[in-house]
Amino acid sequence: MASTEEIRSGLADIVNEVAGIPAEDVQLDKSFTDDLDVDSLSMVEVVVAAEESFNVKIPDDEVKNLKTVGDAVAFIETHQGEA
Amino acid sequence: MTSQRIVVTGIGATSPVGGDVPSTWAALLAGTSGARVLTEDWAEPLPVRIAARVAVEPLEVLDRVKARRLDRSGQFALIAALEAWADSGHTDTTVDPERLGVAIASGIGGVTTLLNNYDALRDKGPRRVSPLSIPMLMPNSPAANVGLALGAKAGVHTPVSACASGNEAIAHGIDMIRLNRADVVVVGGTEAAIHPLPLAAFAQMMALSKRNDDPERASRPWDIARDGFLLGEGAAVLVIESAEHAAARGATVYAEVAGAGITADSHDIAQPDPEGLGATRAIKIALSEAGLAPRDIHHINAHATSTPQGDIAECLAIVAALGGEIDHVVVTSTKSMTGHLLGGAGALESVATIMAIHDRVVPPTINLDNLDPAVKLDIATEQRTLPAGDLAALNNSFGFGGHNVAIAFRSA
Repeated sequence: MASTEEIRSGLADIVNEVAGIPAEDVQLDKSFTDDLDVDSLSMVEVVVAAEESFNVKIPDDEVKNLKTVGDAVAFIETHQGEA
Repeated sequence: MTSQRIVVTGIGATSPVGGDVPSTWAALLAGTSGARVLTEDWAEPLPVRIAARVAVEPLEVLDRVKARRLDRSGQFALIAALEAWADSGHTDTTVDPERLGVAIASGIGGVTTLLNNYDALRDKGPRRVSPLSIPMLMPNSPAANVGLALGAKAGVHTPVSACASGNEAIAHGIDMIRLNRADVVVVGGTEAAIHPLPLAAFAQMMALSKRNDDPERASRPWDIARDGFLLGEGAAVLVIESAEHAAARGATVYAEVAGAGITADSHDIAQPDPEGLGATRAIKIALSEAGLAPRDIHHINAHATSTPQGDIAECLAIVAALGGEIDHVVVTSTKSMTGHLLGGAGALESVATIMAIHDRVVPPTINLDNLDPAVKLDIATEQRTLPAGDLAALNNSFGFGGHNVAIAFRSA
């Protein structure tokens, strides 16, 4: 199982790949839309790539609750390995 | 409708022979072919394994994140549009955004995005289909993305008429200015269809050259040994504006875009009218709209794709439309070097036509070893100089569906 920091770091690489945000800017307190400029379509790409990386299922209904990087890391940490 | 003069103030291109207009134009004048053998694994079972890919890959030019949100056709269009825009000298303040329009055509649209996402759906399931698929594959995507990049808020259009699309976009831009719907329009065409499905489909139509062992000799318009076209890719874009608007901002003018003629054959969905009657009418209308007489035309960049039937039908059309006044007309086919860019062809060949009258030199038609005896035109087989004084030229484009579009340009 990946640690909190491993998940944050993996998610940062995905956000960098999809949206071009420097990985070091992807910190737990950052909002995807307000701070990192990840639009709704890019967010879908991030979610699908994260599902693949962390062997987790992130339901569409859940995505709207993932406002910050910390929200996403916490969801992945709790549900990893369930997919 | 006013008949005000419209001028070309900027040009851009990314083509099989160059990553921008200066390199493309130099390569065309030098008679350089952009054709090559396709070495990808998918090409191996195809009957046609040659094409003319762009000389400079888009990822060498565009920001990575911007590029991954665009189909390859959109990447080409954006590169060409940004070059044309910079070349025109326009900035955020030189045109009212609500008076800035776009007409960027494509023949097929985002076909590689469509097919790659179908592969993902079939192999990995619906969750792996990209959420960007639709905004990338829709045929208006290149036009819309160019409009977004330049802040255009007048009409943003995508004419679709197969291989006549690029010229039709220019014609549409002319109309927008003459109907007072815009002062400046960014016009052009793009195509990125080098993928096994389009290659197999065109080959099944017997439309492509099968000269797999000699790609640089495959595109040979008007040669007796021609056996079909060479698929190319790329984009070209012009910035056109009312002469009044260009003069008010002190813009440099390449040429006047003087008129357009659009007709349909109503003959067959794929074959051209063998007598070229629709093409004849398109050329005549373009001349009439431009206020030009046949003797005013010094140069024609022909559609001439290197197909047995189409090349001859166009020759008949040129002779008929000019009433036989063809002795002083230097004709060329730059497709002999670039291959056929489909929806990008009219735009790229308009750039070549504009440069020819601007620099007073016509690029050669390469591979014309033995002229088909049915051709009664003066074809440039090497670089040819055009005379001093006023010049006018035509660019022809014809498309599956029986679409014919001729554009007339005049020296500024």
